[in-house]
Amino acid sequence: MDDIKVNQNPKLGSMDRPNSYIGRSLPRENAKKHLEGGGQFVDDLVLPRMLHVAFLRSPFAHAEMKSINVEVAKTSPGVFDVYTAKEIDEYCKPWVGTLGHLGEMRSPEQTPLAEKIVRWQGEPIAVVIANNRAQAEDALEVIEVDWEEKDAQVDMETALDDNAVVIHPELGNNLFWTRTVNQGDVNQAFKASHAVVETTLDFARHTGVTLESRGIVADWNKAEGKITIYHNGQAPHMMQHIIAKHLEVNEGLVRIVSRDVGGSFGIKVHVYPDEMAAAAISKKLGRPIKFIADRLESFTTDIHARCHKISGKLGVDKKGKILAMEINDLSGIGPFSMYPRTSAIETNQVLNLSGAPYIIPNYKAVGTVVFQNKTPMCQYRAVGHPIAVAITEALVDKAATKIGINLHEIRKKNFIPDNAYPNKTPSGVPLEDLSHQASMDKLLNMMNIDDIEKQKESNLAKGVLTGYGVIAMCEVTNPSPLFYGVGGAHISSQDGASIRLEGSGAIHLSSSITEQGQGTEAIMKQIAADQLGVSMDSVRVTLGDTDATPYGGGTWASRGAGIGGEAVLKAARTLKENILDIAAAIMQTDKNSLDVENNTVIRKNGGEGITLQQLAETVYYRGHELPKGTNPELLATASFLIEGIPFVFTNSAMGCKISIDQDTGIVKIDKFWAVEDCGTQINPKLVEEQIKGGVIQGIGGALFEECVYDDQGNMQNATMADYLVPMAYEMPDIIVDHVTTNSGRSIIGAKGAGEAGTGGAPAVIMNAINNALNQLGKEVVSQPITPEKILKALGKI
Amino acid sequence: MSAKNSVNISFSVNGENFDDVTVPTRQHLADYLRSQGLTGTHLGCEQGACGACTIELDGVAVRSCLVLASQANGSSITTVEGFDDEIMEKVKNNFLKHNAFQCGFCSPGMLMTTKEIISSKKKLSRDEIRAEISGNYCRCTGYQSIVDAIEESINEIN
Ligand code: FES
Ligand code: FES
Repeated sequence: MDDIKVNQNPKLGSMDRPNSYIGRSLPRENAKKHLEGGGQFVDDLVLPRMLHVAFLRSPFAHAEMKSINVEVAKTSPGVFDVYTAKEIDEYCKPWVGTLGHLGEMRSPEQTPLAEKIVRWQGEPIAVVIANNRAQAEDALEVIEVDWEEKDAQVDMETALDDNAVVIHPELGNNLFWTRTVNQGDVNQAFKASHAVVETTLDFARHTGVTLESRGIVADWNKAEGKITIYHNGQAPHMMQHIIAKHLEVNEGLVRIVSRDVGGSFGIKVHVYPDEMAAAAISKKLGRPIKFIADRLESFTTDIHARCHKISGKLGVDKKGKILAMEINDLSGIGPFSMYPRTSAIETNQVLNLSGAPYIIPNYKAVGTVVFQNKTPMCQYRAVGHPIAVAITEALVDKAATKIGINLHEIRKKNFIPDNAYPNKTPSGVPLEDLSHQASMDKLLNMMNIDDIEKQKESNLAKGVLTGYGVIAMCEVTNPSPLFYGVGGAHISSQDGASIRLEGSGAIHLSSSITEQGQGTEAIMKQIAADQLGVSMDSVRVTLGDTDATPYGGGTWASRGAGIGGEAVLKAARTLKENILDIAAAIMQTDKNSLDVENNTVIRKNGGEGITLQQLAETVYYRGHELPKGTNPELLATASFLIEGIPFVFTNSAMGCKISIDQDTGIVKIDKFWAVEDCGTQINPKLVEEQIKGGVIQGIGGALFEECVYDDQGNMQNATMADYLVPMAYEMPDIIVDHVTTNSGRSIIGAKGAGEAGTGGAPAVIMNAINNALNQLGKEVVSQPITPEKILKALGKI
Repeated sequence: MSAKNSVNISFSVNGENFDDVTVPTRQHLADYLRSQGLTGTHLGCEQGACGACTIELDGVAVRSCLVLASQANGSSITTVEGFDDEIMEKVKNNFLKHNAFQCGFCSPGMLMTTKEIISSKKKLSRDEIRAEISGNYCRCTGYQSIVDAIEESINEIN
């Protein structure tokens, strides 16, 4: 995408001025290191005296360890030691994955290694510490465990039955959390409805499959009492607190360094037992410890996502106006709620987000979250969105069909009008600055539905099933303290930026936002250079180091640009004011007659200016030349946080056209369109990449990805050859466009853009497939929508 | 290390000779290269499915997780660190221009596959490019920008 042509946000100044970088698709020059093999990922790090660990993991979904013998393993070549739960527990206190603000959550204490009972296949039970990973793995082979297998509660749908296997007997049953939302009177409204439609959708488990697996190098320095953790995570300051609390280290002496991270998508924002064990071992041994998950470990221990079954009901009047919506969602989260964000949030978002684009006066939603003997499930990109959007949009399509109006007309009829914000979701969550109407209009312009309808007909005559879908959605971004902090979690919702002019005239910027490839560094630079009036190459950025950056939340829930970016903007503006104050003193003129352009303080009316280098040299080296009383402050720091509302929402409209091969059941995505309103785009190309990458992950969930389990809770496809991910050949080109409604919460006006693709694609793909299948009176209701499911729906198998 | 657990071999990497070096018999080439500080070669699956570890061995793109280090005896290897010719500079610039990577973890492997595509001298359609890179997994980009970068590289170079 090209630069933004029209000024997207008047608060940011004209785009015609020098050093106007906000709104431009500048390349990420610094990221070129990745093309030279110069990235610095955790596994690339080698420290003196470093040891490696490998974990023995449960082969069963539910079993009791009668005994374990690690003596032979201790004598295996290269092995330093072998530990089980009791050695690790001495150095790491247990944790509990509950929060206080969402009603009662019940999840037991979890320790790094299971002591007696294992509750999912892949749960760690012992750890070998060796000179290298290969030797550690060899030693795992000779650890002897006497197992007694137990019945496993694999199916979430029977988890609350009377005869269910209770995974944590002390809790009495397998219920983790439940929530009910009730607005208006749905029963009454359904009675009054002209038509009521219903459906039940299934969403399999899938997982993040970051190409770089989880990893940690922990380095305890006994003399200083300080631990440094090199970690490919997303939220360094959260991790700092967690390590301090559970390893009992002074929090100020915990340093978390996140260098390059090979993709995260929410997978790497949680606390994992094996990583905590590695940190504990470093503290115990006083040596650096490296743990890098292999792909099998990634599949069985990275959090899984989704795992929902949701039924929904929608009532409309004669003209298609929605009168009521009701949903009932069940989700299975494995045997523990993840720490510290809990595994309740996905269901919570399903309840919050269902029906969000529309005026729905009567809304009821029930969410039930249960334990089961599978890998823990937790927040992954677009938390809850795929389920909420798919159920809403499936019901809306059904209602349109039932009363005989167009798929897009029914949506337009029910949207909260663009001029009716602030408003609320049907569940009561505040909404601001959205544009469903404008976005849908733009989408429809791009799609040309009349043309697609014609193709549908002519293709059907040729035996090809063609279909299309259009959806609208709200996307959760820029969370406030009302998301986690209010519930007691030490997760900052504030982010900070610190920016300074150095003696050389260079600008250094640090931010608490982290980089996993989104382009954080690039956009921070753009904002700083733009607001200061300096060239891009004079700004350098430090991220991902708790010893070197301001305190803050990090990167998750699409908060980097909107929250972290605003902090940079504020800090840059303050620094510029300081620079102009000093310049006015040096140049003996009125501050208002000065500005900064191209790294130089200029006189607006002409005449000689001074470069930032000259100014900095005067301040730093020849301060005696400054007029008395001049404030020599060339460092500015600012913070930003969203206040008063839980999130800043973004909205999207998406469309796609697919065709189905009736003989193979294979779906081909012919076209995919997305319109996103994320407010100010700091770098349009990077926004576009978030949408495209997100859509492809959404298509993965819709068509391919599934963690397949057998009845005993064994994951059947825990390799990259067996678990299907989207590869280039099957994926479409995606056409992206935008509507711009700036967020009124900040000067920069940016909302997030990382979730929509993944949150919306499953709904629009499913609707398009059902639009095609409906021609034969068929439908599919379960994701991933595999060829097999399509052939079954078609009655071919 | 006892004799049967290791073997001595010679080969070259990015023009530098590794003469008579001792490698564990069970070590795959990617692990060996990484142990020598050539950490641009990444590991995503260690079973030949993701393409992250792709390197060039005697002119052919191979998955270094599926090659034992000992099998590289006598060969000439290029890794991403060795891409310094004019053609690969152009390719890299196109990757940068189109933002054909986010986290960059897949990039070394993608570039290796791209090199093979470019040296085949074929004019490929977008679909054909997609087919050529369909052994390289990328979780971040959704592939479109990678296809853009390769397409422009083919047009520019071939
Ligand atoms: S690591 Fe070699 S192909 Fe995946
Ligand atoms: S850029 Fe992250 S895997 Fe390709």
